[in-house]
Amino acid sequence: MQRGLVSAEWYHPSIPRAQMKQFMTRSNGRAARDAALWLALLAGSGVLAHLTWGSWWSIPAFAAYGTLYGSASDSRWHECGHGTAFKTQRVNTVVYNLAAFMVLREPVSWRWSHARHHDDTIIVGRDAEIAVPRGTSLLTLSSELFNLQSGPKELRKLALNCVGAVTPEEREYMPKSEYHKAFWSARVFVMILVATIGWSVAIGSLEPLMFVGLPTFYGRWLLVVFGLTQHAGLAEDVLDHRLNTRTVRMSPVSRFLYSNMNYHIEHHMFPTVPYHALPALHEAVKADLPPVYQGLRGAYREILPALRRQAKDPTYFVQRELPHTRQATS
Amino acid sequence: MSETWLDVCSADELEPDDVVRFDHGERTFAVYRTSESRYFATDGLCTHGRVHLSGGFVDGTIIECPKHNGRFDIITGAAKATPATVALGCYPARVVGGVVQIAVTAAVTTPAPNIA
Repeated sequence: MQRGLVSAEWYHPSIPRAQMKQFMTRSNGRAARDAALWLALLAGSGVLAHLTWGSWWSIPAFAAYGTLYGSASDSRWHECGHGTAFKTQRVNTVVYNLAAFMVLREPVSWRWSHARHHDDTIIVGRDAEIAVPRGTSLLTLSSELFNLQSGPKELRKLALNCVGAVTPEEREYMPKSEYHKAFWSARVFVMILVATIGWSVAIGSLEPLMFVGLPTFYGRWLLVVFGLTQHAGLAEDVLDHRLNTRTVRMSPVSRFLYSNMNYHIEHHMFPTVPYHALPALHEAVKADLPPVYQGLRGAYREILPALRRQAKDPTYFVQRELPHTRQATS
Repeated sequence: MSETWLDVCSADELEPDDVVRFDHGERTFAVYRTSESRYFATDGLCTHGRVHLSGGFVDGTIIECPKHNGRFDIITGAAKATPATVALGCYPARVVGGVVQIAVTAAVTTPAPNIA
C-alpha cells in the first residue's frame, strides 16, 4: 500500500470517446445466441451421457458434458458477473448465478473478489485471484486440472458461509453489509449439492452426481488451460496490464468456449466492453500492446518454463516487451 | 445557501447517452445527457473505487463505472449494482442558451439508501 500500488491509476491506451461508446454498447442478441448454444450443447451431451450410462460410450459424452459444465461456465460466470454479456441485467444475474454454481463459487463473495482483482490485478497481498502464487510447483498446479486444490477450498468456504461465518480473505474484500446475501446463496448451493448426494445414495448410483456437482471437478481441465494464460509467470506489483496479462490468439471454437477472454489485456484495460466487442477493441489498441501469443501452444511455450523456474526462483518473471513508443507506468 | 450555476460545456458537445467530466476547484462531477436530452449531474467519482465516472457507460439513466462495473442511477444517485453500494450526490443541471450548467453548492438529493 505504501508503494502506491493499491487502487492506483493504471495505464490505458487512448481511444476516442465516440469509438469507446461503440465498444461499450450492449445487446442481448449475441449473448443469447452464445448462451443458447452453450446450454443446448450441455443438454445434448447430457442426454447422450444418460442414454449411454454404464457403457464405454458414456466416457466421451461425460467428457463433453463436464467440460461444458465445469470449464465453459467459467467465462459465462465472468462476463455476466461484469454485467456486460447481456443488455438486460436480470439475465446477467440469472446466468451469473447458474454459472457460479457450476464452477462452485459462492456468487456474492466472488463478485467482490473479482472487483478486487480488477482494482489491484496481481498486486500481491491484495488480489485474491492470483492463480499461481510464486513458488507453486507444476505438480500442485496440475492437480488443479481436476479442481483438487480450489474445489476443497471452495467447499470449505461454502460450509463456513452456511453457518454464518466468512474466511479471513472474504473479510478483507467483502463489506459486512453483503455477508447475509453470501450466507443465503451458500446455503442454496449446499442444499442442491446435498440433495444430489442424497439422490445418488438413494438410488445407489453415481449418475446424479456425474451431472451435478462432480463436473466441477472432472470437467475443470479446460478452465485451467485457458485461465493460466491470463497472468501466469508474468510480473507482479506493476500498474500496467500489458506487463502482467496476456492476450492470446485462439480458434473460434476456443473463443466460443472462453467467451473471448483470450483478449485479456483488453478486458482488464476496459472491463465495460462486452466480450463480443473485444476483437474490435483489440484492433483499435493493438499498436499499444506487446505481441499477441500465437495460440495456446505459443502461450504455454512461455508459461511452462517460467513456472518451472519460478518454483525454484520466486523472483523470476517474464518481462514483456512493450512497443518502444509506449512506456509502462511502473 | 444560494445556488451558483456553473457553465460545463456547450450542449452540442455532450452527445445523447453520454457523460462528461467537469472539475470545479477541488471537486469533480459527472454531467450526463440522456437519449431524450435530459441533463443530470452527480459526483464525478465512483463511491467504490474513486474512479472517474466520465469514462463509464451510460445505459438509459444508469451510469456504469469503467473500472468495476458498479452501477448508479443518475437521477437519484442510488447505487444499483455492486461493488457500488454507496449512493452518489446529485446536483441540478440545465441548459441555458445552449450551454450546459450545473449548480454545485450542495447535493440536491438526499443520498439514496445503499443497496445492501
